[in-house]
Amino acid sequence: MAKNNFLGLRQKSSGILASLLCILIGLAIGLVALFIINFQHAWGDGFIRIIQGGFYDFPYGVGKTLTSAAPLIMTGLSVAFAFKTGLFNIGAAGQYTLGAFGALYCALMLGLPWYLCLLAATLFGAVWGAIPGIFKAYLNINEVITSIMFNWIGLYLVNEIVYARGTGAMYDAHNTRTWKLATNAPQALIPSCGMSELFHTNNTTIAIFLAIVVAIVVWVVLDKTTFGYELKAVGLNKNAAKYAGINEKKNIILSMTIAGALAGFGAGLFYLSGGGEWNPLNSTSLPAMGFNGIATALLAGSHPIGTIFSSLFISHITVGGSFLPTKYFPTEIADLISGIIIYLCAFSMLFRGRIEKLLLRDQDKTNVNAEPAKPKKEGV
Amino acid sequence: MAEDFVIEMQHITKEFPGIKANDDITLQLRRGEVHALLGENGAGKSTLMSVLFGLYQPEKGIIKKDGKEVRIKDPNDANDLGIGMVHQHFKLVECFSVLDNIMLGVEPCKGGFLQKDVARKKVVALSEKYGLRVDPDALVSEISVGMQQRVEILKMLYRDNEILIFDEPTAVLTPQEIEELMEIMRGFKKEGKSILFITHKLNEIMEVADRCTVLRKGKGIGTVNIADTTKEELSRMMVGRDVQFEVEKVPAKPGEVVLDIQDMVVPSKVHKNNAVKGVSFQVRQGEIVCLAGIEGNGQTELIYGLTGLEKITGGKVLFQGKDITHATIRERSKSGMSHIPEDRHKHGLVLDYTLEKNMVLQRYWEPEFQHNGFIRRDAVRRYSDRLIREYDVRSSQGSETIVRGMSGGNQQKAIIAREIDRDPKLLVAVQPTRGLDVGAIENVHKQIVAQRDAGKAVLLVSLELDEVMNLSDRILVMYEGEIVGEFDPRTTTVQELGLYMAGAKKQQGVQ
Repeated sequence: MAKNNFLGLRQKSSGILASLLCILIGLAIGLVALFIINFQHAWGDGFIRIIQGGFYDFPYGVGKTLTSAAPLIMTGLSVAFAFKTGLFNIGAAGQYTLGAFGALYCALMLGLPWYLCLLAATLFGAVWGAIPGIFKAYLNINEVITSIMFNWIGLYLVNEIVYARGTGAMYDAHNTRTWKLATNAPQALIPSCGMSELFHTNNTTIAIFLAIVVAIVVWVVLDKTTFGYELKAVGLNKNAAKYAGINEKKNIILSMTIAGALAGFGAGLFYLSGGGEWNPLNSTSLPAMGFNGIATALLAGSHPIGTIFSSLFISHITVGGSFLPTKYFPTEIADLISGIIIYLCAFSMLFRGRIEKLLLRDQDKTNVNAEPAKPKKEGV
Repeated sequence: MAEDFVIEMQHITKEFPGIKANDDITLQLRRGEVHALLGENGAGKSTLMSVLFGLYQPEKGIIKKDGKEVRIKDPNDANDLGIGMVHQHFKLVECFSVLDNIMLGVEPCKGGFLQKDVARKKVVALSEKYGLRVDPDALVSEISVGMQQRVEILKMLYRDNEILIFDEPTAVLTPQEIEELMEIMRGFKKEGKSILFITHKLNEIMEVADRCTVLRKGKGIGTVNIADTTKEELSRMMVGRDVQFEVEKVPAKPGEVVLDIQDMVVPSKVHKNNAVKGVSFQVRQGEIVCLAGIEGNGQTELIYGLTGLEKITGGKVLFQGKDITHATIRERSKSGMSHIPEDRHKHGLVLDYTLEKNMVLQRYWEPEFQHNGFIRRDAVRRYSDRLIREYDVRSSQGSETIVRGMSGGNQQKAIIAREIDRDPKLLVAVQPTRGLDVGAIENVHKQIVAQRDAGKAVLLVSLELDEVMNLSDRILVMYEGEIVGEFDPRTTTVQELGLYMAGAKKQQGVQ
C-alpha cells in the first residue's frame, strides 16, 4: 500500500516538475531575447528585474501582483474546471466581460454593496457560460466555436450598453471609461482590510483571499464530491457516464455554467477592487485576463490549487516586466516570456512522460536490489 | 542446430513496477509454422510480443533471428527484420482509404509525388494471392471490423514481413470471419511465412496451430505439439487446474415474469429502417434467456432500448410489472436492472478513472459511498478491494490502477464484478465473456448460473454458439430485427440454430 501511495505521489510530482521545467526553459529563452534586444543591460536591468517581479519595488509591486493575481486565478479556474470536465472554455474572456458589466451596473446604477455586485458579476458570467453549454449539450455544437463567438457578442453588447453613443449613465466621457468606483460608488469597493495601506497601493483588497478560497472549494468539489465524480466522468467518457445513469447533458451545461460563473466572479474581483475601469471604446480586443486564464490553467495542469501558484507566478513576472526601464526594453518582454512558458506547457505532457521515465528507472533499480531477497523467501 | 528457427527468444525477463510480466520465458518459432501463444488474461503474452516487436526492452534475455542475435529497439527495427504485428486494437487512420492506410509509412514516391498506382498494383496482387478481398478505395471508417483486420494483415504483407504476429485476432470477429481468418492463416503457412498467434481460444488453436507455447503468470510452462495434445491438456497447462467446458446446472425453475417486452421498435443509427421491428418476449425469474444471432441483427439496439441508452419508438417495456418504457437509465438501474455492456471501452468503463472509481460507477450515489455529496473514500476502497479479491481482478496497483492500463480480460472481470455484485433482479449480459480466457469464462458462466439459481432473471446476448447452447434455458434467435425462432437448448442443435441465424428458416407465430 505504501508503494501505491508512492506511485500516486510520483505522478503528482512529475507534473509539478514538468511545469517547473517549462518555466525554467521559458526564462532561459526570455534571457536570450533580452540579450538580443540590449546586450549591455540584459542581465541587471532586464532579467533580474523580471525575476524580482513585484519585489523590485516592495511593497507596492507585491500589492500590484496580488491585485492582478486574484482575477487571474479565477479565469484560470474557469478554464481548468472546464478542462477537468472535458470541455475547452475559450470563452472565459467573454464571461469575464459580462461579469465586469454585471458588477459595474450594480455598483454604478443600482448602488448595491460590494457583495451583491460580486454576486451579480458571478451570475452574468454564469449565463454567458451556460449558453455555449446548452448548445453543446442539446445540439452537439463544439463549445470552442460558440464560446469564441460569444466572446465578441459579449464585448460588443457590453460596449454598446455602457457607451450608448456617449450618453450612457455609467460612462464618464471625460476619461472615456466608466466612472471610478472610488468616487462614484465607494460602497461597491471590496474591503481592503488594511491591505492597500500595507502595500502602499489603492487597489489591493481581500480579493486575493476570496480567489484562493474559491480555488480550494473548486478543488474539493472536483476531487471529493459525487458532483465532481459525475462531472469528470462525463468529461472522460460521455457514453460511460450515460450508461451509469448520469445525466450527461445536464452536467455539460452545469460545467459550462460554473466555468462562466468563475470567470464572472474574477471580473467582479478586479473591477470592484478598483483595479481599472471599463473602456467601451475598445472594440478590438477582449480582456486579456480571459486568455491568460487559459495559460495559467495549462501551466497548472488544470489543478485548481496549482492555478493559484501559476497565476501568482504569471502576475509576478508581468509586474516585473512593467518595472523594466523602457529606454532599454519594451514592457511586453514579460508577456513574451510568459508566452514562451505557456507555449512550452503544450510540451509539458512530453516532459511529464520523460520525468516519469527517469523516476521509473530509479524504481527499477530498487527492484533489482530487492530481487535477491525473493528466492530466500521461496526457500523458507 | 538441426532445427530451423526463424525467431528465438531466450530467457526473456521483463518487469514493471510491482509485477514481473515475463519471467525467464523462451519461445522458439520454426520457419513456416503457426505457433500459438496461449495464456490467461495477464499471463504476459502481449508483453512478450511487445518485446519482440520492439515496444519494450527486456531486462534480461536475447532475441535471435535466423540464429543471429539481434537488438530490436523499436517497431522500425522489427519491421526491418521482417516482423509484423496485427494489434488487438487496430492502428488505422479512420478517415484514410484502405490503400492509404496500407502504404502509410512506406509510400512509393517519385520526386516527392506519391505513386499510388504502384502501391495499388501491389495491394491488389497481394489480396488476390491470399484471398484477402478488400476494396482499396473504401474508407476505413466505413468498413466492418473484419475488413479492418484484413487491412492490418495487408499492411504486414505489403511490408514483405515474414513473421506475422496476431494479437488475439478473433476477439472482435464473427464466427464466419473467424473461419475465413483461419483459412488465410493456412494460406500464409503454405507460402512459408511464420505465424505467432496469441489467443486463449482453444478451439482455434486445435484447428490451425502446429505448436503451442503456454504461459502462466509470467512464466513459460512449456511448448507442445498440437497433434499430440488435447484441449483439456492445454487448458490445464494454462490455468493450472482442470477446467470444465460444460457448465453444470440443474434444470431451470422459472418463476414470475420479471421482464416483459411488448412490440418493441428501435430505430437504426446506420440505416433508415428500424433495427428492432416489433419484438416481444418475456424473461422470468430463475431462467437464462439467450438472444442468439449474427452480429448486427438488432441485438445491440434491443439492449439499448431495454436499458434506456436509446429511446424506443414503439412498444412497451414492463419490468416487475411496472411500465419503464420512458424511465431514465438511473431509474431502471435503481429498480434492479444490471447491465454488462457489449462495448466495455465505450460504455462499461471510464478508462482514465482508477479501478475503485469504476467499481462504484453504478453505486457512487448510494448512502454507503457518499455522505452529503462527499464521496466516502474509505468505503469505496473497502468495497473495491473486496470485489477485486472475490472476482480475481488482476492489476498492477490494485484499487488505484488506472483502468486504461489493465488487460482487456481484467477490465471485463471488473465490469462483471460490479454488475453482479449489485444483486440485481434482472441481469442483462451482452457478450459477457468476450476477450476472456477459458478459466475466466468458466468462472463467469458459473456466476451467471448462480444468479439464475438465486432466482434472478438473466437476459444473455451472445454471438458464440457454444456459449448459447451451454448456458441458456431458452434460446431466441434474432434475424434482421425480428425474433425468428424460439428453441430449447436440450432439443435443438447448433446446425439448426445456424439456419435460423442466417435467415434460411423462420418459425411461424413466434412474434
